[in-house]
Amino acid sequence: MAIDRLSQFEIVAREDFSDATYLLEVHHPLMARAARPGQFVIVMSSEHGERIPLTIADYDRERGTITLVIQAVGKTTREMQQTCTVGTALYGMVGPMGMPSPLGHARKVLCVGGGLGVAPIYPQARGFKENGAYVIAVLGFRTHSLVFWQDKFESCCDEVIVCTDDGSAGVEGRVTEGMKLALGKHADIDECVAIGPPIMMRGAAEVTRPFRIKTMVSLNPVMIDGTGMCGGCRVRVGNQVKFACVDGPDFDGHEVDFDDLMTRLGRFSGEEKAAMKRWSESCRMAQQAPLPPVKEE
Amino acid sequence: MARKKTIRTIPQARTPAAEQDPQERIKNFTEVTHGYGQEEALVEAERCLMCPEQPCVAGCPVGINIPSFIQKIGERDFRGAYDVITTTNLLPAVCGRVCPQETQCEGVCTVGDTLEPVAIGRLERFVGDMAITAGWANVPYIEPSGFRVGVVGAGPAGMACAADMAKAGCEVTVYEAFHQSGGVLRYGIPDFRLPNEVIDAEMGNLEKLGVRFECNTLVGRLFTIEQMIDELGFDAVFIGTGAGYPTMLGVPGDSLNGVLSANELLTRCNLMRAKEFPNYDTPMPPGRRVAVVGAGNTAMDAMRVCRRLGAEEVYCVYRRSRAEAPARAEEVHHAEQEGIQFKWLTNPVEILDDGDGGVQAMRCVRMELGEPDDSGRRRPVPVADSEHDIEVDLVVVAIGTNANPIIGQTSKLALNKWGYIDADEHLATSMPGVFAGGDIVTGAATVIEAMGAGRKAARGMKRFLGIRDVHAPYLVEGADTLFGIDLRERNFARIRVPA
Repeated sequence: MAIDRLSQFEIVAREDFSDATYLLEVHHPLMARAARPGQFVIVMSSEHGERIPLTIADYDRERGTITLVIQAVGKTTREMQQTCTVGTALYGMVGPMGMPSPLGHARKVLCVGGGLGVAPIYPQARGFKENGAYVIAVLGFRTHSLVFWQDKFESCCDEVIVCTDDGSAGVEGRVTEGMKLALGKHADIDECVAIGPPIMMRGAAEVTRPFRIKTMVSLNPVMIDGTGMCGGCRVRVGNQVKFACVDGPDFDGHEVDFDDLMTRLGRFSGEEKAAMKRWSESCRMAQQAPLPPVKEE
Repeated sequence: MARKKTIRTIPQARTPAAEQDPQERIKNFTEVTHGYGQEEALVEAERCLMCPEQPCVAGCPVGINIPSFIQKIGERDFRGAYDVITTTNLLPAVCGRVCPQETQCEGVCTVGDTLEPVAIGRLERFVGDMAITAGWANVPYIEPSGFRVGVVGAGPAGMACAADMAKAGCEVTVYEAFHQSGGVLRYGIPDFRLPNEVIDAEMGNLEKLGVRFECNTLVGRLFTIEQMIDELGFDAVFIGTGAGYPTMLGVPGDSLNGVLSANELLTRCNLMRAKEFPNYDTPMPPGRRVAVVGAGNTAMDAMRVCRRLGAEEVYCVYRRSRAEAPARAEEVHHAEQEGIQFKWLTNPVEILDDGDGGVQAMRCVRMELGEPDDSGRRRPVPVADSEHDIEVDLVVVAIGTNANPIIGQTSKLALNKWGYIDADEHLATSMPGVFAGGDIVTGAATVIEAMGAGRKAARGMKRFLGIRDVHAPYLVEGADTLFGIDLRERNFARIRVPA
């Protein structure tokens, strides 16, 4: 019965951008066909695992793959960093979820990605370009060794501005510096899309607010099902409660209550820390344990 | 048969079913009510009068021939009883446990006019459990009809429709967004009320009918309903995606971290096994003092789960009185036994912050019952100057659900003004060949009502596909022929008798 399943969720490619950031390509032809910029998937790495939402970083309809870029921050993502190698498979991956980003009729667009957010901004930048817009990408990283996909962006954007916190590559400073440069140079930017950590998205929204440029941000709160059933992902947008999984994940950055989002992201911080600690200890134990005896035929 | 039974000759008292001791069971997730043994079932079966009116059959949403299966139990023909039930209900072990019998079959039982009604639910469960232990399965003789049917959602409605269509010879695929099938049976109803093994066993019967399950598949987003018909080659589609979009309180403090929907609590504990954290990765920190808002079955489940997770105080906060509580009587009774404190006629107006994003207390007002409203129940109205705070650190909201929006967002199906799918009396939607039933059409209801809707849609679907509803007999072991016709060789449904 398993043979004719829609997908076995095999990992067909992997690339490590740094010690913490890695890319996985998962084989799922039907999903590669359905995915649109801005959508996300929910992944389970094992039967005992939790369901984690990940924004789709890219999709390849010809090869039938979905690309995910993951940062090893907690127990699950670190464990995946160790176990998810080419030839293995995820326990499950469901999607594409959420409303696709409206690519609209914008003529000049600022695509801002911070850290891991650089990955999911890519399909949006490419989508805008395909729609005939002039696309300026602003990509922010902590330092030069963490920079990834600059070439991919250069091949589909009209301008690419790289920012690093320490100035080791491109402009020194956060993405807001790069955005100010772009806004100074182009007075006719009519839309901005920003994806990254909540604090960065809030910063980006504040930069564009005085210019009254429509700014969309992609929210990634705690979720279980991703189908509107649990309400765990509720966010406050313009004083209304919305479910990020079915009403979003893209919302107007000038309306989002980022304080509320950040508080809610810390909802399970105690449990997350405990799980992380327990897991690192078990890893250390495993390393110290003597090697299992070799079986002889 | 012996002389006719009368209300005076039958055993007067309803046979009790053993239960786990409340003090013991609040520490575990194993089943609360033990089922009948054979002796108890035989005594209880004796209580059915076999009355000619059979109000119980009409009271059952799927129309199980209840007197007939009880009679088979009385004759110790348990396999026969199972065969009677499964002609109309595929999941006796599930329904015997979760149906609100007191408002359905048992509520209209003739014996119940004078004495306590026959314990139909417990008898059904007895038969269902015996079938699981014995490994019985009724696989009817199925002649392929050549049609392909897609079912969206592996919950009670979808499974009932899938079973009927598979029996009608269709090739059925069920799509489920979660990683396990079962829908609300799996994510909603806790283990102590419906163990997973029971769900697995009854799902196994569906697979024996040839039904295929595709989990991790979000219909609407991965492919649309239109694509199922136009590209994936389905001749008919059934949508049973459920209600499932939780209503929050809409009071200040609603988005605090200690406030969550009952759906979330139950999904974490049941489907994701948070009660076995850290062995399973999904956490669900137990509250110390918990308020559950609402008094339906979901609210009762949420309270009893919190108790088992280790909450010291669990309150049920409901704006109407006990008489209006929609939960099954047995669930309210069990919750009371487990030390749940009921605050009837109480309504939350605000949730107070502990200064750290969590919950400090819930501010409530007392209510009193006024004139009847549209639902016929007396409308609760707030009592002036009755504000008071209940100190809690977790608030679970179980006040109902709305329609799941995904199918509506991604298809051209006609919806009503509340977002539920519009369906006619045969449960056909605005799109030819597409049927819908269960909570996504009616709004939140019960498991058995959803199953009834699934079966009704299957009848509509068979009519649409031109499959004649022939009551093909089950292939009894050893009997390969019927009236001299070889059941294995011929398409039984289409045999013409020579003139």
